[in-house]
Amino acid sequence: MVTSKSELAIEAQGVARRFGARWVLRGVSLQLEPGEIVGLLGANGSGKTTLLRIFGTLLKPTAGTALIYGHDVARETDAVRSELGFLAHTPGLYDDLTARENLKFGAMMLGLPAGNNLDAALERVGLGHVINERVRGFSAGMQRRLALARLLLRHARVLLLDEPYSNLDTAGIALMNEIITEAGNAGGAALVVLHELAPAAGVLDRTITIENGRVADSRPAPVPRLRPRTAERAAAGAGGGR
Amino acid sequence: MAFRDDVRRIRAIAWKDLTTERRSKAGFNSVAALGVTILVLFGFALGPDAQALRDAAAGALWLSALFAGVLAFNRSYQVELESGALDQLLQYPGPRWVIYVGKLIANSLFVGLMLIIVIAVGIALFQVSIPAAWPSLLGVFALGAVGLVVLGTFYAAMASRSRAREVLLPLLLFPMLVPVLLAAISASKALLVGDMMHEAGAWIKLLGAYDLIFFVATLWAFEYVIEV
Amino acid sequence: MTTAAPTVEAPRPARWPVFGAVSLAALVATQVFSFLTSPPDQNMGQLEKILYVHVPAAWVMFVCFAIVLVYSLRFLWKGREDDDLLAAAAAEVGAIFNGLTLVLGMIWGKPAWGVWWVWDARLTSTLVLFLVFVGYLALRAFVEDPQRRGQWSAAVGILGALNVPIVWMSVTWWRTLHQMPSSMRSMAKIYWVGMFANFGAFLLVMAYFIRRRYDAACTVRAAEHASQAAALGGLD
Repeated sequence: MVTSKSELAIEAQGVARRFGARWVLRGVSLQLEPGEIVGLLGANGSGKTTLLRIFGTLLKPTAGTALIYGHDVARETDAVRSELGFLAHTPGLYDDLTARENLKFGAMMLGLPAGNNLDAALERVGLGHVINERVRGFSAGMQRRLALARLLLRHARVLLLDEPYSNLDTAGIALMNEIITEAGNAGGAALVVLHELAPAAGVLDRTITIENGRVADSRPAPVPRLRPRTAERAAAGAGGGR
Repeated sequence: MAFRDDVRRIRAIAWKDLTTERRSKAGFNSVAALGVTILVLFGFALGPDAQALRDAAAGALWLSALFAGVLAFNRSYQVELESGALDQLLQYPGPRWVIYVGKLIANSLFVGLMLIIVIAVGIALFQVSIPAAWPSLLGVFALGAVGLVVLGTFYAAMASRSRAREVLLPLLLFPMLVPVLLAAISASKALLVGDMMHEAGAWIKLLGAYDLIFFVATLWAFEYVIEV
Repeated sequence: MTTAAPTVEAPRPARWPVFGAVSLAALVATQVFSFLTSPPDQNMGQLEKILYVHVPAAWVMFVCFAIVLVYSLRFLWKGREDDDLLAAAAAEVGAIFNGLTLVLGMIWGKPAWGVWWVWDARLTSTLVLFLVFVGYLALRAFVEDPQRRGQWSAAVGILGALNVPIVWMSVTWWRTLHQMPSSMRSMAKIYWVGMFANFGAFLLVMAYFIRRRYDAACTVRAAEHASQAAALGGLD
């Protein structure tokens, strides 16, 4: 398993994807080292979400190869899935279950031990006061926070986040950044689809821009990533302000 | 270890589907009400002669259950599609057949409960007297329901995610269920009149074989259907 | 997934038109042969002639659906797109022969039984099979993504084929338990010669139809792959 491939957390080689007659991705190649946090930019319809879904094993590439820690997303789905934390554009919750029940379902599906403290995760994302309420009554921001709590259960080495800041308030954005940064500092990689850079300031190492289904640009983030010590302080500051 | 994880996943899915269904009672109530309504319509089409009603009771019962059941199967995936839950569901590690088995368990209870209501109403409306061999009759209903649920749950995994889901599910499902319908109706009919010709046994075997064959086949094929 | 897109090549023109002409000639020849050699049936008179179309059509229908089963399994196993296209071509041709079998059965039934339709075991299970494959073709029409369409219709095709013997059994019991025997009787040898000759000719026609349908599907796919090459050309 110790090939040059497996040293990369996320890798795409000429990934292409077609829907009907339309080519959404036309050969995307990119690489993320472990510990790297990369923002994925691009206009609507440029193929960002499609690329994320391919890495998330939800779509198979029409051509090309996509790898997560050296595992092919199209063939070694089980190995890939045990590494992934995927936050889709939609929260993917069950409206008629409570917040805790939604997490309990996730924990059972992940094969986590029954004693796992779900309430702690809910407290962390600021949903401690609605643990036993049904998701149907939640605002979009609360649903996103719950989805984030579910993500925390996974201890994923690769985070795939699709516009994670949408619907979140300032405290929510800070929390999201805290979680992304933590994952990065622990050696995990994160690919974050963004439509504006501002909320992710100080979080990203690099940005990649997709245009017309191809990588148009890859450059260091305008605001360099805050390294561990400063990141902790920043997170503590954001947490305190809530 | 892995097997215990799978059992837990199956339990999780069945529990989730049943809890969701229980809390939005409107779903079950309307499906059961539809089953009863269809039964009443059959009564208008076939009655009011008591003997004609009795002769047609088994057929009317099964068709009502079938038409109402079709709605239940698409509903079972509706929950997954509403807010992108299916994307999350597919993200969990583990084999795909656990999703199918979990949904089968939930749908069996759902359809079983509906069947009990439809049968109870049918016995009254169609003036059927309960035969001495009622345990066999119960067995026929159980086996028939399993056949219905196995194929219904499987085909709904496709139909619910296609355009034209309302048409596609019955179009795919009904012809496949012809053996179940023939066997269940014939066996029920025979048992209701005392099974003089001893023909119910053969039908019950056919039902059992059908259930087994298609349970195994759909269990194997489910991965190809859900994972694309 | 390391290879570039799975390749479906555009068919070469080849000798298929010739093959088609030969098939047609064989069909005409075997029909004429059986018309001339078979004496009129004792009960049915000249009506028995329809069997030389009806029975081979039914057999060929089964051959088609066996092809659907085999290539659907192979598609799920190996994931090669051309297997899916071949299964689909066989299903279309099979549905046509299935429809032909039904119509001919009804034409036979009208003078033989006095009605267009009886719930005879053969007719009924043929009808059910027809409906199963109508569903198969409808599913294909409703799904655009080639991979999804392939996997879904393969599953439907396999389950449908699996159901054929069960449907047959259940319908036969259903009929026999309620009497009304089927009207097929043992036939003289000379009828069988004509029957098998026609079956051979029908098989040729079937092969021709499937091949042309498959070629057409491959042409479409190859054109799509060409658009892919053009789309990807800029980077690779």
